Amino acid sequence: MSEQERIQKQRSERTETSTEAEQVSSAKSDQLKADLDDLLDEIDIVLEENAEEFVRSYIQKGGE
Amino acid sequence: MAVEKILGIETEYGIAGGPGKDPIVASSLIVNAYAQLCSNSIRWDFDGEHPEIDARGVRGHLQFAPIVERTVANTVLTNGARLYVDHAHPEYSSPECRTPLEATLYDAAGEEVMLEAQISANVNLEPEDRITLYKNNSDGKGNSYGTHENFLISRSLEFADIVRAMVPHFVSRQLLFGAGKLGFETDAGEMSRPIFQLSQRSEFFEEVVGLETTMKRPVINTRDEPHADAERFRRLHVINGDANMSQVANFLKLGSTSLLLGALEEYGVEAFPPAPVDPVFAIRHFAQDLSWVGLEREPHTVEATDGKNWSSWQYQDSLWSLAKKYVEETGAEAVASEGEVSQILKGWRDLLDGIKDAPARVADRIDWLAKFRIIEGFRERYGLGWDSPKLHAIALQYHDIRPDRSLSKRAGLATLIDLLDIRTAMHEAPADTRAYFRGQCVRKYPNQIHSANWDSVVFDLGDGPLHRVPMMDPTRGTAQLTENLFSGADSAEALLEIMNR
Repeated sequence: MSEQERIQKQRSERTETSTEAEQVSSAKSDQLKADLDDLLDEIDIVLEENAEEFVRSYIQKGGE
Repeated sequence: MAVEKILGIETEYGIAGGPGKDPIVASSLIVNAYAQLCSNSIRWDFDGEHPEIDARGVRGHLQFAPIVERTVANTVLTNGARLYVDHAHPEYSSPECRTPLEATLYDAAGEEVMLEAQISANVNLEPEDRITLYKNNSDGKGNSYGTHENFLISRSLEFADIVRAMVPHFVSRQLLFGAGKLGFETDAGEMSRPIFQLSQRSEFFEEVVGLETTMKRPVINTRDEPHADAERFRRLHVINGDANMSQVANFLKLGSTSLLLGALEEYGVEAFPPAPVDPVFAIRHFAQDLSWVGLEREPHTVEATDGKNWSSWQYQDSLWSLAKKYVEETGAEAVASEGEVSQILKGWRDLLDGIKDAPARVADRIDWLAKFRIIEGFRERYGLGWDSPKLHAIALQYHDIRPDRSLSKRAGLATLIDLLDIRTAMHEAPADTRAYFRGQCVRKYPNQIHSANWDSVVFDLGDGPLHRVPMMDPTRGTAQLTENLFSGADSAEALLEIMNR
């Protein structure tokens, strides 16, 4: 079950009537989902070209 | 009575690149580049640095005590912060701040300082040697570096009570303030092989209480180095937190912890929920709880000393109620203004309700959730396995501080602080702590400062002996108390003369 489906399921299981606050937060969830889709559409522009080499070479000495 | 909760964050940044890929060389280039931009490079005064003193009342065994490095690049900024090389990382230690919101502002200023330093250092480097910085806490290969919070607390608290009272918060707060990690990287992680963890740091903890910070890390660190009058104050050195990209999470991490320390000073340890029987297991087990994103059926629980099983959510809910009581009964003036304290309680509650009822609603404030959604979204879209290097690249680039490479800057995170305020905070010290005095000295008399540290400024007037100005009380040295001194003193000589009158 995807996260979105799970949230919808939780919502439909609620017995109390939907309040204004819930509608606002639902709109916010939708907005965040749309933002995420936009990010995923353009993520290749941002990601380092050779992901494997980039991740492999990121080695730190311990600190603190 | 609660003492004023002066606080701040020290952040070691992850570093890649540099000539010869040497992290110490690269870190020095970063610090020196920024010192040049500010045209000052002020030595650190190591008198008064005693990381080997243990809050449990004994001096730590020297073999295991942290080593103080005295020769590395270092500077003190006009905003009162320290920028230096710690081991093999550039570190920004924020100035002492009066409230959680101010400490969040100065941590954000630290990100901008690091970004300017990185840009400036890279101007003189060949493309293949260019340096990049990451505000994170591990390399995914078993190496961790810290983001340490510091809180001023009363010396009258017994250390054992601090441990007993604060363990529930320190093992459970990652649910709301963790920065998230793909996979695992220690023997501890190997045992349960989680696909994702809520915290960068949790799997690195091996002890409940201890002096060390680089090995056998303890959930509660006993370093008893108050950088202040030791008769009255302790500095609680909290090493179990993550570096946050989310300003809201950073603010609430500091705010919740400050309120609970105030509640401890006010009510004592009995007011706190029962501690987990095994805190090290608890911090690791809560880190691996993916029920919040639907990947497990039930929240992870751990047995507490009351014989019952507690989830991280139940702990946070109970601690929130205690903080609320403390605010309602005392006003919590030791922590922040009335408005800011309400902002902490409301923000903390919103995250608690959101993570339980509709996580998507709080993905703009909880770092691990924002990171998880990008990784999970990308994985689903391209049908990748959890071990795909692309997913690990996403996890790492979430923490890249460059605006054109940072994924957290594209994750729709809520902002709390205006960019103009952040830019001002890069240069101006907080007005309500001794950081003001330090910052003004650095601004006005950089060439006459021999060295500085958290609790003193040492002047060299060229006339023989050095002149040390002690600042043993972090709540003094404020703008209100010292502004007039500076306006009447064009030189360090004049300042010292006015102060000696």
